[in-house]
Amino acid sequence: MTKPSHLSSPLTHYALRVTLLSLCLAAAPLTAADWPQFRGPHGNGVSDETDAPAVLDAKGIAWAADLPGRGLSSPIVIGDRVIITCSSGPQQERLHVLCFNAADGSKRWERQFWATGRTMTQTKTCVAAPTPVSDGRRIFAQFSSNDLICLDLDGNLLWLRGLTRDYPNASNSIGLSSSPVIVGDTLIVQVETDCDSFVAGIDAATGVNRWKTERPHNRNWSSPVVFADKPGRQVVAIQGLGGVVTILPTTGEVLWNRTNESANISSPTPGDGVLYVAARAIVALQADSDSHTPKELWRNHLLAPGTPSPVVQGDRIFTLAGGGKLCCGKTATGERLWSLQLKGSFSSSPVLAAGKLYTASEKGMVRIVDVTKPEGGQIISELDLAQTILCTPAIANGALYIRSDAKLWKFAKPAAR
Amino acid sequence: MLSLNLVKPLALAGLAAFLSLRLCAAAPSDTTDAIKTIRAIGTEGRGNAQASAAWKQLAAGDLGHLTTLLAGMDGADDLVANWFRAAVDTIVARESAAGRKLPVDDLLAFLRDTKHSPRARRLAFELVARVQSDTAEKLLPGMLNDQSLELRRDAVERVIADAARTLEAGKKPEAIQRYREALRFARDVDQVQGLARKLRDLGETVDVQKLFGFLTHWKVIGPFDNTDGKGFATVFPPEKAIDLAAEYDGKSGKVRWSDHVTKDEFGVVDINTVYTPLKVVTAYAYTEFVSDKAQPAELRLGCKNAWKVWLNGKLLWEREEYHRGMQIDQYRLTGQLQPGRNTILVKACQNELTEKWTVEWQFQLRVCDHLGTAILPAAAK
Repeated sequence: MTKPSHLSSPLTHYALRVTLLSLCLAAAPLTAADWPQFRGPHGNGVSDETDAPAVLDAKGIAWAADLPGRGLSSPIVIGDRVIITCSSGPQQERLHVLCFNAADGSKRWERQFWATGRTMTQTKTCVAAPTPVSDGRRIFAQFSSNDLICLDLDGNLLWLRGLTRDYPNASNSIGLSSSPVIVGDTLIVQVETDCDSFVAGIDAATGVNRWKTERPHNRNWSSPVVFADKPGRQVVAIQGLGGVVTILPTTGEVLWNRTNESANISSPTPGDGVLYVAARAIVALQADSDSHTPKELWRNHLLAPGTPSPVVQGDRIFTLAGGGKLCCGKTATGERLWSLQLKGSFSSSPVLAAGKLYTASEKGMVRIVDVTKPEGGQIISELDLAQTILCTPAIANGALYIRSDAKLWKFAKPAAR
Repeated sequence: MLSLNLVKPLALAGLAAFLSLRLCAAAPSDTTDAIKTIRAIGTEGRGNAQASAAWKQLAAGDLGHLTTLLAGMDGADDLVANWFRAAVDTIVARESAAGRKLPVDDLLAFLRDTKHSPRARRLAFELVARVQSDTAEKLLPGMLNDQSLELRRDAVERVIADAARTLEAGKKPEAIQRYREALRFARDVDQVQGLARKLRDLGETVDVQKLFGFLTHWKVIGPFDNTDGKGFATVFPPEKAIDLAAEYDGKSGKVRWSDHVTKDEFGVVDINTVYTPLKVVTAYAYTEFVSDKAQPAELRLGCKNAWKVWLNGKLLWEREEYHRGMQIDQYRLTGQLQPGRNTILVKACQNELTEKWTVEWQFQLRVCDHLGTAILPAAAK
């Protein structure tokens, strides 16, 4: 059987240039097999791995580690280290950053901190909601309490910020969840609430603001994403109820702005020069060299996702509604090609590797969906972990990582253990 | 919870003197300088670069430095405390992996000295518990009234467990006595609520309002307008002066102050019960609090509407957020009570949303110390 072209085709020249640019800008020894941030190395939910697990069963669990607290944050994987955050205590005021050995799940180190900002959240979420990000040398962990912690890969503290200490009204009583991203030596954090909102570019070396820009006073749980909107230009895309903007990561300058309402939970997803945004539909946006407003290439409400963010690879986009309808569309036109109803409710975003889409329902049913067939997606494996799963899985070095409030699991074929 | 006294002075004079003396005796001056550098971090990451270098130096120390680093937290806010905590954790992890033993006696001495930071003492306790859990456990009965809320919680939990065992043994009066003891020292809201429920199940009476120090007797006036949310910033007459006999132009006619007494166990002042459920409106609630002395206090607010709070005419804080949940002690506002009469004014705005979860127009407010211990008005004591 041959793979469809959209999943096996070589990178376009454009994408190749973007990839090379990314590699040049990267400050660190990240490898293609790492999973350094929310929704993976490209921020689109896609891993370049070709040997991720094809079967989920008890025998495929390489290890399971106990966690000291709750968390919706995804694990990130840097080489042989798996890093994860948790929050614990009666008011979730204890923050944890843990590092496990990928090989055997043993704990390499743990650091604990006291939350310096507000820890009140809705009961479904918790303080360890944002996923940390790494540039391969450092870990940047953000929490709903607005604590921002920078450690090296061995757990040594490099700097701390208490963003609520600096901006006391930038909080939300039902919690925050935006995950930071890093571009070169600038860490981008997005804190948006009804009361005070900002996006800031923070010097990754010192934690000092390079710039800080006011944002609309609207609740927002989506995350920024690094996006090559033109060959040779990396920008950061941010979406919220007020619309979508792209900013220059070094200065915070707004490059283009689209003010139509967009979703405030699902995050934007980059494709080849196109940004896919949830807005009670999926809207495909492309930079317009003649305007500060991007071109809307297409819009299709049949692809509208719920809380989960879209996955984009090549000429396909995959979206998952909160009620479990998985949709596949064409990135070129927005045409919906097929849909598949999955059982359960979903907060976790799906992730994709080599034609296999991994989903996790809120009740803990983890599935692999083969999305290579033109006639539609097909569930090829599923496993009930019987715990609440709200996090987005990670794929790295041939393994799948997923966490609950109590456990972190590694799934891998024996050869990848 | 939000402590709005967010940027505390980084060094109290007495503490600095103590620290200086201690370090002169126990640590080289470069350690002293490194500690001072970390304690000097400013806002928006200022001082981080220097603190990072200082941290590296401190974290390279040995177990003999632990109590010096713990003392570095004294008088510091939680962000500064976290720098020291990370250094302590790093040293402990490295030295323990090398087979070296924690200086338990030093840690115990530090823990017993209640002049030290509650955070630092808690960390000392956790380090002791890691290697001598029995020793740590034996300390808890003496920590029921501790300044560390974390230590206090564990001590209270121990009494609750003992009370449950006593009850199981059929000794109800003794169990009630133990639950009462736990309730007297509990400060965490969940523990207090659980104990109140337990005691009531056993036929006891518990005055939760008084226990928390909720303010229950208010004068209320409204509705004023809040079209397009502009009422939040509009200075209506009650913000200019309190005249309980006055009559003002409200949103739909003349408005006057009226009495409102909440019987809600958690002091919820439901403004909708005063005016019937309304939308796009603003109201004020006013009360007076008689303090028997000058004292710092926290006004702890729960509110899911946009709000402002004044103490003795001084705006303590404001927050323009609607319908994002409400809970006891949601916001911690710090202020200073004066001897005698103190005035408290609350402004609560309701927006235009019509969903079921946007109906509430309410708040709850209590007066307490930094631990959450109720400060009762002088007349109520």
